[in-house]
Amino acid sequence: MNRKILELWVGLFVAAGLLALAMLAFKVGNLATADVLNGYKIKARFDNIGGLKVKAAVTMAGVRIGRVSDITFDTGKYQAVVTMDVDGRYKTLPTDTSATILTAGLLGEQYVGLEPGAEEEYLKEGDTIRLTQSAIVLEKLIGQFVTSFAAGESKSK
Amino acid sequence: MEQTLNSLANLGRIFLDAIGRLGRAALFLFEVVRAARVLVRRHFLVIQQVYAVGVLTLLIILVSGLFVGMVLGLQGYNTLVRFGAEESLGLVVALSLVRELGPVVTALLFAGRAGSALTAEIGLMKATEQLAGMEMMAVNPIVRVIAPRFLAGLVAMPLLAALFSAIGVLGGHLVGVGLLGVDAGAFWSQMQDGVDFNDDIVNGVIKSAVFGFICTWIAVFEGYDAVPTSEGVARATNRTVVYSSLSVLTLDFILTSLMLGEI
Repeated sequence: MNRKILELWVGLFVAAGLLALAMLAFKVGNLATADVLNGYKIKARFDNIGGLKVKAAVTMAGVRIGRVSDITFDTGKYQAVVTMDVDGRYKTLPTDTSATILTAGLLGEQYVGLEPGAEEEYLKEGDTIRLTQSAIVLEKLIGQFVTSFAAGESKSK
Repeated sequence: MEQTLNSLANLGRIFLDAIGRLGRAALFLFEVVRAARVLVRRHFLVIQQVYAVGVLTLLIILVSGLFVGMVLGLQGYNTLVRFGAEESLGLVVALSLVRELGPVVTALLFAGRAGSALTAEIGLMKATEQLAGMEMMAVNPIVRVIAPRFLAGLVAMPLLAALFSAIGVLGGHLVGVGLLGVDAGAFWSQMQDGVDFNDDIVNGVIKSAVFGFICTWIAVFEGYDAVPTSEGVARATNRTVVYSSLSVLTLDFILTSLMLGEI
């Protein structure tokens, strides 16, 4: 076969393969959406993080603005320290922003929900959110419900 | 008594033969990799072979990818609809294709279509003494014949696997969204939510590269090591397909367990 035509075919093949890879990365995978662009890190301390995992979403008003980049345990205060990577486009979170661990749906994945405060100053790289609310652990809730239910029943008798 | 000794000796010979072949295959690989340096200047040899193992395999890969994706869409839908989770169809199709079916099925097809052709070609060259003829003319057959084919397989396999997965996702979309009425937005957004670039796509590409390496290595070695008769070439071709398929499936388990970090 002619050398030129052969090279053309191979070129087409390689280009199609690379195109397929790009489609997998951007259209099928999360490369286009998941990466936090020049993000900054803020921390939050929780008494209990429930089932929160690294890479979980960080949202404000339901919009995903970042993700959890690290979870460590503070042996001094017996608290979980959650480090969040927030997108650089959202630099105007007030310093009294509060963080809550929420669950998507009844049994869905857990994520961090941020609630804006009213301060004039904004959170910067490395700052810590002071107002936090722990995850609701379903088992504890059921336990409380069962004991209060039992107590109420014995009282009525 | 003598019969027992004889059968024991037979067993020993088979074992030693197998070990010997393994050693020859490793030395052969070393020589091929060393010869690959020369091909930087003579890259047209490689391009020719990429055409033979890549472009000519394209059609079977695309058609099978499309149908595998369509079947996944159909089967996934029928299972998911029981749990009212048919919106996750895109995720199911994409994950099974990118992680497993893309690399594995492509490697199996590649071994059957391109690997067997490589072995038959090289084996026939050996049987008709073309390789010996090259050596007589001071042309190293490993540089001229083997290394370009090996490199071409290495390049072609990941690209073929990516094409397989991509067209499979489109096939799943065709059946799921077009035929069964899953919402197109949910199909794609659930997929993008669940498929991670590093954990799923990069690992799939690594898998297909490893499979490409193993399949082409087996194919060119079996051809080069074939008994130079028509029967020997037939056996070598047969062995290529069997060994490639077995090693792909075994390696797939090992690689998956390493990537998931379960073992």
